[in-house]
Amino acid sequence: MQHLDDIEKKARTALDKKALFGADLDLAGYDRSLVPHKYLADDEMCALPEEDRKRLLMSGLDVTGKGRGGTYVQKDTTVIHCHSMQDGVEVMPVKTALEKHDWVKDYFWKLASADQDKYTASAALELHDGYVIRALPGSKSIYPIQACLYIEKENLQQNVHNLIVVEEGAELHIITGCATAPNMKRGVHVGISEFFVKKNAKLSFTMIHNWAEEMDVRPRSVARVEEGGVFINNYICMKPVRSIQMYPVTYLAGEGATAMFYSIIVGAPGSNFDVGGRMILQKPGCRAEIVQRAISNGADVMNRGHLIGEATGIKAHLECKGLLLNGGSIDSIPQLSAYAEGVDMSHEAAVGKVAQEEIHYLMSRGLSEQEAVSTIVRGFLNIDIKGLPPMLKAEIDKAIDTSNKDAL
Amino acid sequence: MLLIEDLQVELGGKVLLKDIHLEIKPGETHILFGPNGSGKTSLLMTMMGYPQYVVKRGKITFKGVDITHAPIDERARLGIGMSYQRPPTINGLKTRQMIDICAKNKVDAEQMARSLNFAEFLDRDLNSGFSGGEIKRSELLQLKAQDPDLIMFDEPESGVDIENMALIGKTIAKLLEKDFAREPIASVVQARKNRTKMGLIITHTGYILDYVPADKGQVLYEGVLACAGNPREIFQCIGSAGYEECVKCNI
Repeated sequence: MQHLDDIEKKARTALDKKALFGADLDLAGYDRSLVPHKYLADDEMCALPEEDRKRLLMSGLDVTGKGRGGTYVQKDTTVIHCHSMQDGVEVMPVKTALEKHDWVKDYFWKLASADQDKYTASAALELHDGYVIRALPGSKSIYPIQACLYIEKENLQQNVHNLIVVEEGAELHIITGCATAPNMKRGVHVGISEFFVKKNAKLSFTMIHNWAEEMDVRPRSVARVEEGGVFINNYICMKPVRSIQMYPVTYLAGEGATAMFYSIIVGAPGSNFDVGGRMILQKPGCRAEIVQRAISNGADVMNRGHLIGEATGIKAHLECKGLLLNGGSIDSIPQLSAYAEGVDMSHEAAVGKVAQEEIHYLMSRGLSEQEAVSTIVRGFLNIDIKGLPPMLKAEIDKAIDTSNKDAL
Repeated sequence: MLLIEDLQVELGGKVLLKDIHLEIKPGETHILFGPNGSGKTSLLMTMMGYPQYVVKRGKITFKGVDITHAPIDERARLGIGMSYQRPPTINGLKTRQMIDICAKNKVDAEQMARSLNFAEFLDRDLNSGFSGGEIKRSELLQLKAQDPDLIMFDEPESGVDIENMALIGKTIAKLLEKDFAREPIASVVQARKNRTKMGLIITHTGYILDYVPADKGQVLYEGVLACAGNPREIFQCIGSAGYEECVKCNI
């Protein structure tokens, strides 16, 4: 396995390399040793303690699998459930997939670099597991695939690597959640994700984070969208966390490729977010949109966004809105770079508070002041996510509402 | 009944309204005239309870309750409603949701919106990108759902095209129980006796008078209610002689 050896070699050079953004973590203090768990059959999944099921549901994972096309659940370092119920969609643990299928290595570490920083390096050298979800050419999934990365063990550093491959003309929807057990407090999650959206394929990927107060989270993801492909990436985090730093990169590599990145963050006191992303529009007719909504209830939120136009006739827009409700800070850094004539790129950013005028207007229709504020805030978070099947949209709204309940 | 006695109101330390006396009995609709900046909207906002309008003197009583210093939502729940001239946009809140808020989920938003040709706007963010006429229809739809007993209209005709003027005029007449068009004669008498809705309408153009038979007209001039009488007569007087001349009749 020359390929894997090379990755290892590369990773070793970056073990102490700090990330470009975000607070530096000392990974030496965390446990990365394997934590065995029993594999659970369908009925055993449903028999999980109610408290656990609730935590999973808040991250979009329904243990009954109802309305889902497949399920992947990893607890700490071990896969405890994995299956696909849908023709044309494969769901496998990445370690097994690497052993069994030759094609997997054509995607493994092909977009992300093992030597990007100490987190990618650690994931490359001490990988626990992760999922491979692949939609075969032309397959159209009706139900979303659900995946969950769950942490129960205190002080664990969970290293995950996911591959998502949507073959030519296929359509795939994924809801993926990350959550911690109710009593779990401190840990690190490192998640490498590589997305391959091929010609005329469509992928929607919705990630819901539900962490614990002393969790540090470092996702690293890169996507490549080919000609006519569509990639919709939704990110939702409404629960306390110590820090999240991520900067997903999307390459629109084929003519007419489209990517949309929507993120909703409700930051609790003491939480630190450094999120955003970069999209590179490389071919004529590519379209990109980044829409960010952030509420700080005392968190420090950094919202980044960088759109790069490299071909004529591309269109890209970045919209970043923040509400400071209860202290904390919001930093918004939108950036546009154009390297070709005839690009159409724009951004708008606004940070403020809930407008008195809007509160009073709703009060004059009979709402109390508190009801008026929460109605406005809920509206603020209500982004019209385009291009999703109505059923999935309803699922996401439900997940937002559930995840929202305690946050607001 | 609404009763305003000896009201003086300040905004940002500046006196806007003084010596205001106004009485609207159940079933009555009053018209409020006055030049730009005379304080008409301020009077409505004060009656609705906007806290930046500070009542320095006097008293507002509604249905026997002293609401001079009551918060906005308390007044709304007591039965006061308002159609705004320039309401704020609320992003992410669908018009349909607002109808449900106004009616406490007791009406069929779809059906109600159809009566105002507004069904296609139900799934749009409230007031977002609405034209002048669309704003008015949205406001009326909300009031219809809310069904207050005292309804104040801040220039319901502004920005409305001729075609929609009739729709808006008739809707307001219905809201204020001033529309008897389709009732048999006998019940008209009864309906007149039974009506309880009160209205206060600000108008510049007077178009609304063609649709809503108003009981009384008043002119607000430099913060003072200067003139009261038959609304059509006052409107005619303003039209021919101007506000300044018109208010002299009472001074």
